[in-house]
Amino acid sequence: MRTLLPLLLALTGACASAGGGTRPAQAPAPAAPAAAPATATPESTSVARLQYPSTYTRHPNPPVLIRNATIMTATGQETPNGSILLKDGRIVAVGAKLDAPTDAVVVDGTGKYVTPGLIDDHSHLGVYAAPGTDAESDGNEATNPVTAEVWAEHSFWPQDPQIPLAIAGGITTIQALPGSANLIGGRSAILKLIPARTVQEMKFPGARYGLKMACGENPKRVYGRKGGPSTRMGNMAGYRAAFIQAESYRRKWDAWNKDHKGDPPERNLRSESLAEVLRGTMYVQNHCYRADEMAQMLDLGHEFGFKIRSFHHAVESYKIADLLAKEGTSVSVWADWWGFKEEAMDGIQQNAALNQQAGGRPIIHSDDPGGIQRLNQEAAKAMYAGQRSGILITRDQALRWITANPAWALGLDSIVGTLEPGKMADVVVWSGDPFSVYSKAVQVYNDGWLVYDRNDPARRPRTDFELGQEPAPGSDR
Amino acid sequence: MITFLLAQTIAITGGTVYPVSGPKLANATVLIRDGRIAAVGANVAVPTDATRIDARGKWVTPGLIDGAGQLGLVEISAVPGTREGTLQGDTIAAAFNVAEGINPASTLIPVTRIEGITTALAAPSGNLVSGQAVLIDLDGATIEQMVVKSPVGMVADLSESGKDDAGGSRAGIAARLRQVFRDALEYERRKTDYSRAQMRPLSASAADLEALLPVLHGRVLLIALANRRSDIETALRLAREFKLKLILAGGAEGWEVAAEIAAAGVPVLVEPMDNIPGYDSLGIRYENAALLAKAGVTVALLETDTHKSRNLRQQAGNAVSYGMTWDQALRAVTLSPAEIFGVADRYGSLEPGKVANVVVWSGDPFEFTTGVEHVLIRGKEIPLRSRQTELFERYKSLPPSY
Repeated sequence: MRTLLPLLLALTGACASAGGGTRPAQAPAPAAPAAAPATATPESTSVARLQYPSTYTRHPNPPVLIRNATIMTATGQETPNGSILLKDGRIVAVGAKLDAPTDAVVVDGTGKYVTPGLIDDHSHLGVYAAPGTDAESDGNEATNPVTAEVWAEHSFWPQDPQIPLAIAGGITTIQALPGSANLIGGRSAILKLIPARTVQEMKFPGARYGLKMACGENPKRVYGRKGGPSTRMGNMAGYRAAFIQAESYRRKWDAWNKDHKGDPPERNLRSESLAEVLRGTMYVQNHCYRADEMAQMLDLGHEFGFKIRSFHHAVESYKIADLLAKEGTSVSVWADWWGFKEEAMDGIQQNAALNQQAGGRPIIHSDDPGGIQRLNQEAAKAMYAGQRSGILITRDQALRWITANPAWALGLDSIVGTLEPGKMADVVVWSGDPFSVYSKAVQVYNDGWLVYDRNDPARRPRTDFELGQEPAPGSDR
Repeated sequence: MITFLLAQTIAITGGTVYPVSGPKLANATVLIRDGRIAAVGANVAVPTDATRIDARGKWVTPGLIDGAGQLGLVEISAVPGTREGTLQGDTIAAAFNVAEGINPASTLIPVTRIEGITTALAAPSGNLVSGQAVLIDLDGATIEQMVVKSPVGMVADLSESGKDDAGGSRAGIAARLRQVFRDALEYERRKTDYSRAQMRPLSASAADLEALLPVLHGRVLLIALANRRSDIETALRLAREFKLKLILAGGAEGWEVAAEIAAAGVPVLVEPMDNIPGYDSLGIRYENAALLAKAGVTVALLETDTHKSRNLRQQAGNAVSYGMTWDQALRAVTLSPAEIFGVADRYGSLEPGKVANVVVWSGDPFEFTTGVEHVLIRGKEIPLRSRQTELFERYKSLPPSY
């Protein structure tokens, strides 16, 4: 602790993001890279070229057979004394008894639990990096209420010392979001959480971007004395104006893309991002606390023909859980945060459970460099809070809150988020029940690569920032 | 001095009792009479007029004590009108005692106590000397009814954030504090001269200097926020120079100088789940609480976020994950903070004569599976209701009825 007091996170604006999505959820294949029209033409220039492409490559790792462990697949199965085989970055098989290929590393999972790699769909790692000085404050381009043109990946610092801490908590994929100062804060970065020199090496191949939007207090506070918006109705007008421009922009480009006749329209980065939302190829990730405001944002989506993929923070989502379930919009919530600002006053511990009960798609997110290290604990708190209140939440459902459901919110649920043959080998081995406060991730595999091993000092990544520091005696990271 | 609102006899029977002051007792009874613990043990006779709480299969512990935060002093962090914990305009705010800023009707109090936290520090914040912290029970209609001890300690900021009020240098913090301490002592010696304006100007107001005297005479604790190893050492140095009764708060790099802290007999207030490095705390580690305890330092565990005070048990569970023993962790949220804050004669364990702050849990208090079944504060059973439970009841089936 730094003081006898909490940091006023709410005031930093780092803690709220917006979202909104486009397509209904059906196992979205990884989408085409961002904004570029499909056809490159000789006369076209920047827009026809690859836009900041992923250079991610899988790290080699021998095949791994984990056996005698409790396997929690996030598809409804929890199998004691089970095995799982990983090879070439894929899950090959999950079963009671599996044979190890001759070159496989065999991990004795006795007493241990295996889950999919955890996914945090709301993180500011890398954009609000530690040690937290102004020099690392790269999450809010708070110069205009609409900055759809900025991309979180262009702020992301791969040497953020918070990254290895999150890896040690079993996180394998994050959505790094711009902050919530702006109505439209910019594009998110969907990243494999691995040590890397560049953000390009972390970009989840094929992942579609998210667009961060924010409701409520933060934009009002930041812009109220800087030309507005200063009210919630001003917020709404701001979103609408931006999407009206984007509609026109999209029409021009769609027309030109048909036959490439004449000069292409001039690029406008802001409208380019928003046009992707209108086309359904970029997901809206919407920071929004109050139930009544979420209902307004759903109507905004109706007006412009897009769906909001996830409401983030959504502390009042339990009040409209039926509506959200009907709309197919997920909610990315905390287990128990509340009270740091007025729009967070009605947070309750049963929020995720009530959304589950209503047939919705709850996600436990962190929005916090501490919470991301204990996403399993946060899911546990939310699950047991529901159970104690008489809401039947299964362990599988709660596991999905931090695996399959955030995978869906990012459009990656056909690739990650469950333990099924063919899926990417993002796998965590836990020292015990992942819903126990006493359990820790002991091994983390990202795309089949053993990126963290609590029992092997050589397998505990450290950032450049941490070099020269003395590890604590007995430290397992 | 504290008030007991009702005369009642309650027997919590059949539970596994963790008195903290001694080994756990299976199938034991905690007998409470007139707000105090009357007896604890396996063979306690239950008077016929006693109200019984059946705790078979349950765990019974002292109420948890959170040695941090601002319960009662803040309602909504982002709304200044609801914050009472910082005195503006005075970098040496020693005379500022937060007690009269406490709102007994705060919604945070029921939210927190129904999860097993029965006592908390309410601490001032900001400034080089923030002011006087008080210890409160989380029940009572008036401030007087809530306060356990006032003041408990004088809070001073020897960390990076204190520099702003000390000319922008850590050395400035130490120099400024020495100056203020010396002036307080000189003021004490020459009060008559002071009142006749026959003294050079002093570095703080008379009220603030006066308020520092109990600290300088060792009757009130100095709670020093310090995270960097060198800041911890500065705090220890000042404590030696002025014979202060020191508590370190934060103590992020304390594990690096654990032996020195132990030798000085200085306790440390630690938030176990905080491991995010800053330039103030590059050495911050999950293992800090365990390493300090191992070196013989008295450690109390904290949840510093007032709205999340109920997560103190999660903090304790994580401290166990990173090396504390379970018994050490339970002590670090009950008897140790009571000792550190000077109220162990009344609080922190289940022993005859102590104030009956008692919690009945469905299991291990640090585990997420566990719920709170009964909370007693000063021997009064607290209804397990809060604004949040009412929100849940309203919206558990939709549409709600208003």
